[in-house]
Amino acid sequence: MNRIGLIVSIAVVLGALGFLIFGQLEKNLVYFLTPSELLAKGEAAVDQPLRLGGEVKKDSVVWDAGRRAVHFLLTDGQKDVFVSSETTPPQMFQEEMGVVVEGKLLDDGHFEADRLMVKHSNEYHPPKEGEKPSFLYQDLIKKRATD
Amino acid sequence: MKFLWIIIVAGFFAFAQYWGLFHTPPDALMGEVQKLMYVHVPAAWNSFISFFVVFAASILFLIRKKMFWDHLAAAAAEVGCVLTALTLCLGSIWGRPTWGVWWTWDPRLTTTAILFFLYVGYLALRGFVDDNDRRARLSAPLGILIFLNVPIVYMSVKWWRTLHQVQSSPETVAPEMALSLRLNAIAFLLIALSFIYYRFQLQQRREKWELEKIS
Repeated sequence: MNRIGLIVSIAVVLGALGFLIFGQLEKNLVYFLTPSELLAKGEAAVDQPLRLGGEVKKDSVVWDAGRRAVHFLLTDGQKDVFVSSETTPPQMFQEEMGVVVEGKLLDDGHFEADRLMVKHSNEYHPPKEGEKPSFLYQDLIKKRATD
Repeated sequence: MKFLWIIIVAGFFAFAQYWGLFHTPPDALMGEVQKLMYVHVPAAWNSFISFFVVFAASILFLIRKKMFWDHLAAAAAEVGCVLTALTLCLGSIWGRPTWGVWWTWDPRLTTTAILFFLYVGYLALRGFVDDNDRRARLSAPLGILIFLNVPIVYMSVKWWRTLHQVQSSPETVAPEMALSLRLNAIAFLLIALSFIYYRFQLQQRREKWELEKIS
């Protein structure tokens, strides 16, 4: 009896592990979609809460300091999605930075983000001679204060 | 000089932290917040090492049937749990200013949380069994099985999409930062091994005392 119980529990554990590793969970349980994947879904993606990840496209960031809002193009190199956010972005938010946004795609094709997260690379290096870390959002506030 | 070893380890830890905080330049993008690397990463690495000790000691217990290995597994599991809790807390503190969130359910963070609860469960099981031999026989297979999650945690950033970045390597980290990281990793290793050793000694003595009491 004990032996059968042991065999059954080992089988269950191995089955569960096999499912986790080979069950193509990544197809159903992705942490974020890329712009290409989101746009390929078409109408089905509209108004669904989801995460979208990619890079902030160069020269696409526009700040609306009066409303504390920012919008930019989120790209995966092939497709772009227009993202707007009214949350305070992390200080590392900047162009060509990896980001993951949470929110939903509206039917006019723009993505309204209610959470904006920065995805940092695995590179670390000190600032070069005379270079200072730049914090876009903070610099913007300081600039407005002096204007 | 009973406390010589403790003084050496604590002194080296203080030196490594001092070196990281005051003699290593901050990161160009993150600024001083990046110094959290010198506690978060060593805690994570050494939790894996501790759990490997649990794994190896559990296998050796099943082969040799000596309580020595059971005591070692228990000691390493406790230290590993503390280090994983530390990894999660420090990572959370690092995540807030850099990512913008304290927590998100990405695969790396989720599997690490599972890792913590697996080993808390392992210790809870040990706590529920009163008989020493029975406890050792029950917890050894569990100590082997739950180690499977360690490689999953490590590989999670490569297998799945995550907010957490993939592992850094000497090519992606400036040499002076890599040096600080290595110093602190060694300091954490010395602390972790010392705690495992003291906890193991305590367990050995307790069993000896219990046996004397019975006879």
